[in-house]
Amino acid sequence: MISSPTWQRSAERGELIMAGSIEHEIALGRARELESVPILEKLHEWVVTVDHKRLGLMYICGGLLFFVVAGMQAVTMRLQLAMPNAGLVPPEVFNRLLTMHGTAMIFLVGMPILTGFFNYLVPLMIGARDLAFPRLNAFGFWLWLFGGLLLYFSYVAGDGLSGAGSAPDVGWFAYAPLTERAFSRGNSTDYWILSILLTSVGSTATAINLIATTFSMRCEGMTLGKMPVLVWLSLVVSFMMLFALAPLSAAQVMLLLDRFVGAHFFDTQAGGSAVLWQHFFWIFGHPEVYILVIPVFAFASEIIPVFSRKVIFGYAVMVAASCAIAFISFSVWAHHMFAVGMTPAGNAFFATSTMLVGVPTGIKIFNWLGTIWGGKLRLKVPMLFCIAFLFQFLIAGLTGIMLGVAPFDWQLTDTYFVVAHFHYVLVGAIIFMIFAAIYYWFPKATGRMLSERLGKWHFWLFLIGFHLTFDTLHFAGMKGMPRRIYTYQPGRGLDTLNLIASVGAILQAVAVLILMINIVKSLRSGELAGDDPWDAWTLEWSTTSPPPEYNFAAAPVVRSRRPLWDMKHPEDPDWRYE
Amino acid sequence: MAAAPAIASTPALAWKATLPYCGRVGVMALILTESAFFSIFVVAYIFYIGKSLTGPYPKDVLSPPIVNTICLLSSSLTIVLAVRALHSGSIRTFGIWWLATFALGLEFLAGTAMEWHRLIYREGLTIGTNLFGTTYYSLVGLHALHVTIGLILILVVMIFTVMGYMDRRHIERTDVLSWYWHFVDAVWIVVFTTVYVIGR
Repeated sequence: MISSPTWQRSAERGELIMAGSIEHEIALGRARELESVPILEKLHEWVVTVDHKRLGLMYICGGLLFFVVAGMQAVTMRLQLAMPNAGLVPPEVFNRLLTMHGTAMIFLVGMPILTGFFNYLVPLMIGARDLAFPRLNAFGFWLWLFGGLLLYFSYVAGDGLSGAGSAPDVGWFAYAPLTERAFSRGNSTDYWILSILLTSVGSTATAINLIATTFSMRCEGMTLGKMPVLVWLSLVVSFMMLFALAPLSAAQVMLLLDRFVGAHFFDTQAGGSAVLWQHFFWIFGHPEVYILVIPVFAFASEIIPVFSRKVIFGYAVMVAASCAIAFISFSVWAHHMFAVGMTPAGNAFFATSTMLVGVPTGIKIFNWLGTIWGGKLRLKVPMLFCIAFLFQFLIAGLTGIMLGVAPFDWQLTDTYFVVAHFHYVLVGAIIFMIFAAIYYWFPKATGRMLSERLGKWHFWLFLIGFHLTFDTLHFAGMKGMPRRIYTYQPGRGLDTLNLIASVGAILQAVAVLILMINIVKSLRSGELAGDDPWDAWTLEWSTTSPPPEYNFAAAPVVRSRRPLWDMKHPEDPDWRYE
Repeated sequence: MAAAPAIASTPALAWKATLPYCGRVGVMALILTESAFFSIFVVAYIFYIGKSLTGPYPKDVLSPPIVNTICLLSSSLTIVLAVRALHSGSIRTFGIWWLATFALGLEFLAGTAMEWHRLIYREGLTIGTNLFGTTYYSLVGLHALHVTIGLILILVVMIFTVMGYMDRRHIERTDVLSWYWHFVDAVWIVVFTTVYVIGR
């Protein structure tokens, strides 16, 4: 459609732009899109793709879609709890809501969005053409997607116990023996098992892929010690996924055997142990928290330096602390089980290891503070989210230490204090940093900036909403409000706290709506980004935005941890000092 | 990889040589996650030893499958000899050892089938009989499933060899497959120890 004169007429706005410029590249891309490629053919291209960038984007978009669905389920629960004895949803629907919300947020939102970012960024950051096994990557994505659809299909799949669909209602950790045939008839629990099994296999495939990519596909000069922190942490997380997802899958296979061929793994009537399920689940469950939060550390370790205009403080310590967290996180699982009644030695062990994991985590927080300290701060939207993350993650860690003390946990287990604590991690740290990453890498993936103005509205509304909801829920929990109950009685000091929490939930929903508007608007008419809008230092910013299918026209050669700094400042390159 | 420009000659190639083959890393990672998967089943087995409420009990019905074990473990040896033959370029020798590996694996599977047949029809032990049956069939069955997958892969390579497609270009892939087979053998040592030594 567009041939080769030096000046071109931009297809969309009729402006004249110079050939070879970034605007021209984008115009070309848009022209190609505007050309009458049938929509089916375009869709087909996305379905059959094995390109890590497209798969990464599909992971992220799919994750955001489920985020909206599971978020609406959360808002529904908050509306039900806004006042005592509200009649919005009956108890059995409430059980399904909390189960689906929890399961979806972990497996269909957190995992895919974070692995989606790794998919997109790791090959670009190490100067590779693609992941080591592109087809395995596509396989993992489709497994994940069909797993997710299977979980939500349960709503329309047929009659459950009370005749309103068979959505899972056993809680996201699905304790035995509630999940056994005798207590969970119909297929609701089977949907839970099978969908999570599929997504876990998909995630394991991605983990294997990321490990092989990191070891085998690095560009010339990029030794392990010169990889960006994000790539290091993706490696750590991938290893954690290898060891954490397998126990869950194994336990789910056992549960399937129990339910379908009459085995007795968790069948207490035949001598089976219900507590064994809890052990197996939490051997997965606690490392899973770190599988979700370490990628977020990775984002912070890339974004904070760029917006502080400083090198990351303590690169080696940062990597070492992540490895330490990975190891220790496999020995803390039973702090979810203090109330089961373990031996004093068991309680002491798991309380101690829980506090131990706070040490490397604290080191990381000091490293980020050290990076910010004395820096030339640019308070753009990604950095705002990072700063909020630092504060909120600190508080989440502190309440975690509190709950790690066994007697304290006995008092507050299964109350809203626990709910507030882990939402401080999952929302206050992880969701905040996912937003930061979206604002930071959106220009690279699309060629356009997200609006700063809408971004600030998004940030402040979400921040206020988050604190209204989850700060107050700590107090509701300390007053004894149990989690997972569909209502509460008036006059117990819970009314106001719950009303505030529900208002906060609505504010957060509005903030997410603003993000969606921002994304749609910016995709159409956002400011053009150029290759390197943030003046950053890692390799992904050295190629065009969006990157071509082959990523780099010539294989990059790296001599330091900040290859783009070296390129921009040949008079004072980093490799002189490293 | 994309066609490298002409300038990227010696240093780039030298750099490439320092990186491991991605299939090797991938299979190592697969083996790690499979080990975690198996270990949960082993833990469940050990946890439930002696906790069955009714019979039959392991000491009454189990006898160590010595011949089977010898066959499976020696198949690790034959697959090493096969890969070695491939390295030295003699496809014929490779084919013979490869076939031997397949035969030994198949014997193991047949032995397991016979043992299960005896347990089910003569001893009346099924997966639903008691905790022993539950853990026994799932652990041994999981391993047998892995043997089956390995045998299918070995068979595919065998077919390629017979059709004349096998040559030295496939050394690394064949080598990687042999790693998986060694893993399946190593798991059998653990399963054997758990089921027939500790559990009996």
